Amino acid sequence: MKKMKLVMVGNGMAGVRTLEELLKLVPEMYDITVFGAEPYPNYNRIMLSPVLAGEQQIQDIILNDLDWYAQHNITLHLNKKVVRINRPRKIVYAEDGTMAEYDRLLLATGSSPFILPVPGKELEGVIGYRDIHDTNAMIDAAGKYKHAVIIGGGLLGLEAANGLALRGMDVTVVHLMPWLMERQLDQDSARMLQASLENKGLKFLLERQTQELVGNEQGRVSAIRFKDGNEIPADLVVMAVGIRPNTALAESAGIHCNRGIVVNDTMQTYDPSIYAVGECVSHRGTAYGLVAPLFDMGKVCANHLARMGIARYQGSVTSTKLKVTGIDLFSAGDFTGNEKTEDIVLHDAAGGVYKKLVLQDDKLVGAVMYGDTKDGSWYFQMIRDGKNVAEIRDHLLFGQSHLGNTGHQGQSSAATMPDEMEVCGCNGVCKGTIVKAIKEQGLFTLDEVRKHTKASASCGSCTGLCEQILASTLGGAYAPQTSTAKPMCGCTELTHEEVRKAIREEKLLSIPQAMQFLNWTTPNGCASCRPALNYYLICAWPHEVKDDPQSRFINERAHANIQKDGTFSVVPRMYGGITSPDQLRRIADVADKYHIPTVKVTGGQRIDLFGVKKEDLPKVWADLAMPSGFAYGKSLRTVKTCVGSEWCRFGVQNSTQMGIDIELAFDRMWTPHKLKIAVSGCPRNCAEASIKDVGVIGVDSGWEIYVGGNGGIKTEVAQFLVKVKTHDEVLEYTGAFTQLYREEARYLDRTVHYIERVGLDHVKRHVVQDAANRKDLYARLLYALEGARDPWAKENINPREFAALTI
Amino acid sequence: MPIWHKVATLEEIPALGSRVVVTGQGNIALFRTADGAVFALHDKCPHKGGPLSQGIVHGSKVTCPLHGWSIQLEDGQAVAPDKGCARVVPCKVENGEVLLEVV
Repeated sequence: MKKMKLVMVGNGMAGVRTLEELLKLVPEMYDITVFGAEPYPNYNRIMLSPVLAGEQQIQDIILNDLDWYAQHNITLHLNKKVVRINRPRKIVYAEDGTMAEYDRLLLATGSSPFILPVPGKELEGVIGYRDIHDTNAMIDAAGKYKHAVIIGGGLLGLEAANGLALRGMDVTVVHLMPWLMERQLDQDSARMLQASLENKGLKFLLERQTQELVGNEQGRVSAIRFKDGNEIPADLVVMAVGIRPNTALAESAGIHCNRGIVVNDTMQTYDPSIYAVGECVSHRGTAYGLVAPLFDMGKVCANHLARMGIARYQGSVTSTKLKVTGIDLFSAGDFTGNEKTEDIVLHDAAGGVYKKLVLQDDKLVGAVMYGDTKDGSWYFQMIRDGKNVAEIRDHLLFGQSHLGNTGHQGQSSAATMPDEMEVCGCNGVCKGTIVKAIKEQGLFTLDEVRKHTKASASCGSCTGLCEQILASTLGGAYAPQTSTAKPMCGCTELTHEEVRKAIREEKLLSIPQAMQFLNWTTPNGCASCRPALNYYLICAWPHEVKDDPQSRFINERAHANIQKDGTFSVVPRMYGGITSPDQLRRIADVADKYHIPTVKVTGGQRIDLFGVKKEDLPKVWADLAMPSGFAYGKSLRTVKTCVGSEWCRFGVQNSTQMGIDIELAFDRMWTPHKLKIAVSGCPRNCAEASIKDVGVIGVDSGWEIYVGGNGGIKTEVAQFLVKVKTHDEVLEYTGAFTQLYREEARYLDRTVHYIERVGLDHVKRHVVQDAANRKDLYARLLYALEGARDPWAKENINPREFAALTI
Repeated sequence: MPIWHKVATLEEIPALGSRVVVTGQGNIALFRTADGAVFALHDKCPHKGGPLSQGIVHGSKVTCPLHGWSIQLEDGQAVAPDKGCARVVPCKVENGEVLLEVV
């Protein structure tokens, strides 16, 4: 079949990102031709400010070099401006007569700086701030002249001012409005920003309207005159008063434009063969000037160009960060508020901290922060998710406490960190390494930072810090990850919830069947989706789905924990942490017989045998003659107990027996992530039940049940779920909560993450308030566990898994 | 002189799975993809020496169980942006038997 022809007009970030997304989906569908008016391949426009500030070079900010176009067989016309579209014949023409036919046309013509229509605007030394050409003009001027005037105190204007000041110019920012960045900041935060920029040597003239630019005999600008008659010297004037979508080409071709090329939710213009993305479009009446929404558009547009036809662009909530070194500033959403909104404000002028949150109907709709912006992405996420914040309103302003996060010296503010300080304690990655990778590799998302630097790719405790570093390096281009609608992995566009729903509703019973029905893009998934699918299938259809060992991580395939040298560790079950002389003798004998180098008592009160060779595992299990402790699985790990009322002089409940009974009842249970339980016999809580997924604490009149605790990377105290009277109720509530978690959590989410996502109220409704539902949940769990087999028992072992081949 | 050794039948390697061959020069991992192709690599991840044979096989790649690097089975190269290479051992399937070329 003959390939279709795709022509793209404009060679900027939005357009090229669309091509990248398209090539990912259908690498062979189109012959692609690209016209760019600039002489450069696609570069990172956001990084022009660091180039101006002298922190980076032009060649550092190229995103797609010429090789990239060649590798993908893209015909690239640089320095050629397209001037005419013949829609009936589907041909575009460039200024120099170059022409190209298209089946689909993608307009990514971007925008231009708005030039104030004042006398003198055509003088030499009067420029906008948009591209490499303008940046070079500014760098050049900084070397020759003294006085720079920036007209416009918005994001771009302030970054230009900062850059020119760093290059030694005397810089004045002229602004029409009463305060700086009025579209991103309220008056209080803008005043603080202005004060710190003044400390850096910038000068400001607010509420000044430009009347005229005055030239000298050489035709170069020499001064700027205001409506009030005052005049200041100016050898360079940078207009940063806004951008105008470049629509002239589209308009000349008769495509409907209204302050931008008008597109629908699929990024299609009024001509069905012509799509448009980027700063040139007007979507639902809005034109976007920040990169994050443009990338969202690119993804949607690529999906439709690939004829998949499922994605919709529904507009973006944007957030802003200023890329001026040493200044922390964040704003998002509607932060000005109206008569229906309420404000929560913290204003510490001397300490240089300002935070304002705007709420409407118990939802966060906007946020402005100055000085302390570490919770910016947390707020932004809540704004995008429309999350109800009534529950946490009283401490919302103080942010998502990162206290208790381990592995990076308790640091929580990226701006104050020196470059050589370690951010990721797992992989040994410093701040400087991350910043360098973001700038040099052109990274935009947390995922990309993880892939390239490994920072936050292991335990994830430094995710917040990495996000801040990304945000402060990228400024307005930063797009926080959406936790709500994230696809399961690179093999699908579907979310965990969509996949689970399909498995339930379509009764999908195997991984190949699920992948086929859900249009997986890879032949047999990847190491992250296969274990998830295997779990989802088994959870939805117990006793009907056949477990797939090849889709399980090695620990669950070998029923032991792999160690760094490839040997395994073995933890036998000791229900409730109770053992016997007979068991201990056998463990000792096994350790001797198999030369086990290390025997350790675990944090969960069990005994761990380290350094066992894989081929010895079945023999070790047989000699131990104890059940598998499941210490290796996404499964019920241990039920930790204190001695309780049987021995302890303070104990009020028999916690040991309760623990044994829970561990017996829920033994061999698979869960989305590991599940730890503890039972304490009195509120002194010696079993540390308050940092377990389920914590049961005996009180004189019964038992309190807590859920969602975690003692790991980030210490999380379990939340109170319910108080019950009897032993059987403890089992029923614990089982019902666990089953709800099993059915609703995303694979690899611990209970704390699950509860954070759905809210404790949701859990209480299903487990505490609705008795019938609780009994159903509990019954489903018991059904799933019926006849569960011990993987260490001889008859359940697959010998092939453990036997090596020889030559 | 390298010679071809029979080490297993195709059936002895599970689809999307692997087996270990113990040799004088260290362990060799045999991998079988969904379509029945067999590949052999030295059983050492270029990252920190993890046993690739214990990883999850998907497409024509294996993901190391220790730190999650993905390695291409055909040439042993790590999938970008990771860099490194596991040594390839020549391997073929004839009449349902898997042969390795070992010195």
